[in-house]
Amino acid sequence: MTEDRRALLQAVLALLAAGFAAWWLPQVLELFAIINATVYVAMALLALSLALVWGFGGILCFGQAAFFGLGGYAYAVAALNLPDTTYAIPIALGVPMLAAAALGYVMFYGKVSDVYMGVITLTVTLILFNFINSTAGDEWRIGAAPLGGFNGIPATPPLNVPGDPGTALAPEQIFVIAVACLGGCYAVCKLVLRSHFGRVVVAIRENELRAALLGYDVRFHKLAIFAIGGLMAGLAGMLFANCVFVSPTMFSLAYSGQVIIWVMVGGVGTLLGPIIGAMLLQALTAWAGTLPEVNPSLILGLVLVVAVLAIPRGLQPTLAALFRRRTP
Amino acid sequence: MDLALATGIQALSGIATLLLISLGLAIVFGMMRVINLAHGEFLMLGAYSAILAVEAGINLWVAMLVVAPLCVGLLGVVVERLVIRRLYGRMVDTMLATWGLSLALVGAVTMIFGNTVAGFSAPLGSVQIGAYSTSGYGLFLIAATLVLLAAVWAVLRFTLAGLVARGTMQNAGMAAALGVPTERVYALSFAAGAAVSGLAGALIAPMSGVVPTMGTAYIARSFITVITGGASMLAGTSSAAGLLGSVNTLGTFATTPVLGEVLMLAIAIVLLRLLPQGITGRFFRRSL
Repeated sequence: MTEDRRALLQAVLALLAAGFAAWWLPQVLELFAIINATVYVAMALLALSLALVWGFGGILCFGQAAFFGLGGYAYAVAALNLPDTTYAIPIALGVPMLAAAALGYVMFYGKVSDVYMGVITLTVTLILFNFINSTAGDEWRIGAAPLGGFNGIPATPPLNVPGDPGTALAPEQIFVIAVACLGGCYAVCKLVLRSHFGRVVVAIRENELRAALLGYDVRFHKLAIFAIGGLMAGLAGMLFANCVFVSPTMFSLAYSGQVIIWVMVGGVGTLLGPIIGAMLLQALTAWAGTLPEVNPSLILGLVLVVAVLAIPRGLQPTLAALFRRRTP
Repeated sequence: MDLALATGIQALSGIATLLLISLGLAIVFGMMRVINLAHGEFLMLGAYSAILAVEAGINLWVAMLVVAPLCVGLLGVVVERLVIRRLYGRMVDTMLATWGLSLALVGAVTMIFGNTVAGFSAPLGSVQIGAYSTSGYGLFLIAATLVLLAAVWAVLRFTLAGLVARGTMQNAGMAAALGVPTERVYALSFAAGAAVSGLAGALIAPMSGVVPTMGTAYIARSFITVITGGASMLAGTSSAAGLLGSVNTLGTFATTPVLGEVLMLAIAIVLLRLLPQGITGRFFRRSL
């Protein structure tokens, strides 16, 4: 059982690294950089959720941003309506998870094939994007929360100290929470994939028919891993809502596309790769945004084309293979 | 009566637009099982090449019907050579690579032309139907779509090239064994699909306005039409466009344009749940 022990070790290491980052970074970074870093961490979490669903569940979801957006919006609406924003957390996690479960039910129990699955997830994202975009005006409100159409909800309240609605958490504290969430989710993913359930999920990815013939319920396992991915994406959306604010762009194809690019570049079938990919490519996009003549989309697009052609396995596996060759 | 006729024409032009923007994608998907996510950008480039040609003093009709398909067809050849050819049989990788291409093209065009709306106004004025008037260009669009559809069908059905293409589509291995250069067939199909997309982009340009990001507005719709249609490229795409186009128009008529589109997408999802192989997976199975 050395592999299990290694997974446990990696999970513990991830938690330690997250703890160190959460303790050290707020001391050296300025406020703006802290908020930016929180966005990076939220995006890395979004990438991690797709890494789980796509890399291990074998489900290419073109609409991971839908759950990201749903999480953000569910949090914003609940936080505006409830006295204590702590209670908004379960709603922000539950809504995207249920949405993922419902969508997963349609897809997996309907035996929709690979490509069609991509189309359906893409379509749902588009429906949400179009719908939220059209909710400008006063008649579109849920309780005390106006949906705001194209403008989103700029007045998204941040999380407060649990039980004390008057005291909102400072950006540094939100950063600590975000890092803890990322580290925690990474550890949970590692452990889930080592469990019996996780092994069945990977077996289904490898050969669906074989897994079914061995007596495993393919549909249920896919549904479950998809729902877990939806929950994690919702968590990322909630963190994002806490450092920026929610707007329809969270549902946009550009976001869904970016997540896929991060996972692809980082390495499909790994967990750490997509996190690194998300961080690196966001830094690249931010840097490209400062160049006057170049459009960031151009660079991002070229990176994706080159990544697919040159390193189809992604950064982490390629680098790991190089490293292994050096040290036999 | 006049109202019914006007609404009917509205619905027909909705269907025609949907069919027009999907046909290029359907050709590539039907022939090669390649999903080209840069399809929307092919439409966009078709529109831009028509605009540039008009600005250079070329006749409007020549710009739309000749220059645009030529330019985008050539681009298709280049893209096939550089990207698609290396990824045959790897469906997901192709989707990702063409998505990257789509982003890059949007970025490049934004850099060159700026993020502003360009366009040329629709020719042909308006046509009076009783108390209502409808745009003559809308009628032209319907006719052009029918002609294009008939042309693609005729090429596939009656020419040697069409025979070879259909053979390759049905069984590439067998076609290759019989001496068909399948690589060339694929390359030509991709170029043909790109050319049709370019033509479609130029034709819809007067109705929609041209911006670098216009592709995203169309890619999902054409994608869904093709997938809902299923394996047969012409029958599938036409039936799906007919169904989804009328749902969209009637939904728009009854509520708002946004809800009309939402309704169309929702119907498409329900349809895929009921017919996972698309419409032609169950009906019209033996058609083209």
